Amino acid sequence: MLEFLKQPWPWYISGISIAAVMVVLLYFGKSFGFSSNLKTLCTIAGAGKKVSFFDFEWKTQKWNLLFLIGSILGGIISANLLKSDAPLQLSPATINDLSAVGVHFDGQLNPEQLYGMHALSIKNLLLLLTGGLLVGFGSRYAGGCTSGHAISGLSNLQLPSLLVVIGFFAGGLIMTHLLLPLFF
Amino acid sequence: MKGFRFVLAGLIFGIIMVKSEAASWYRIQEMFRFQSFHMYGIIGTAVTLGTLAVYLIKRFRINDSEGNAIVLNDKDKGWKKYIIGGLVFGLGWALTGACPGPMFVNIGYGYITMIIVVAGALLGTYLYGLLKSRLPH
Repeated sequence: MLEFLKQPWPWYISGISIAAVMVVLLYFGKSFGFSSNLKTLCTIAGAGKKVSFFDFEWKTQKWNLLFLIGSILGGIISANLLKSDAPLQLSPATINDLSAVGVHFDGQLNPEQLYGMHALSIKNLLLLLTGGLLVGFGSRYAGGCTSGHAISGLSNLQLPSLLVVIGFFAGGLIMTHLLLPLFF
Repeated sequence: MKGFRFVLAGLIFGIIMVKSEAASWYRIQEMFRFQSFHMYGIIGTAVTLGTLAVYLIKRFRINDSEGNAIVLNDKDKGWKKYIIGGLVFGLGWALTGACPGPMFVNIGYGYITMIIVVAGALLGTYLYGLLKSRLPH
């Protein structure tokens, strides 16, 4: 069983599992949406005193914070008990394209060049901080992220969620094809 | 403890994000370059099954574990906030390779520098709250 879980999962197993997480949360009376946690964390840090957007009863979101803690634990377990020795099976075309813009494929989950501790430069710090800022700002502006819109929203046939997913792609394509080559 | 089930659900979610490689910067790049079916297969399967599950929940009025009706709220009307918000999100997603869930999963996985991305995301969330009334929705 452990050996089976250690291999990278095929897309259909992954897709089924994500749908299962969404259904389990619905069964628990909650709705799957991760980025709300970012708002909750701002509220806990005291943002509600100055900005009314953050002035809400954060304890209603305690379940989601527990989910967040679980997700960190899931990362720890994956790295320690379920790590696959094989390099990530990235498409050769992507490896070539990335190499052309100056990103070396190292077979890991994320490029050491961007995320490695030893690679931490002012440039990387700014890229990571800015990227995170865009994700945080965008998910609250759109009222949700990949889980809340692309999974939960589309599953509930919400037209707004389809607009958001179109926006995700517009932004993602601009970054990937126009901006990323300038950064590396 | 009642909250433990949410920790467990999150833990399973975290494992899924790593083993599916949806938490990989490389996979997100591959998706935005249309060079593999992988991410489309994951999201497509999840949404297809999710749609079926939501339909069945509504059709058979299934209750949650507490015995209350499962309610799925409709998103607010409008289009500007969805398109612009989605676009801003997409820029950040393609740059960091991480949406909000995988940011935290990756910290657990050992990518300590992902804390910088989370710090940025918290700052971005705060900025949105601050500027909300001045933005087109």
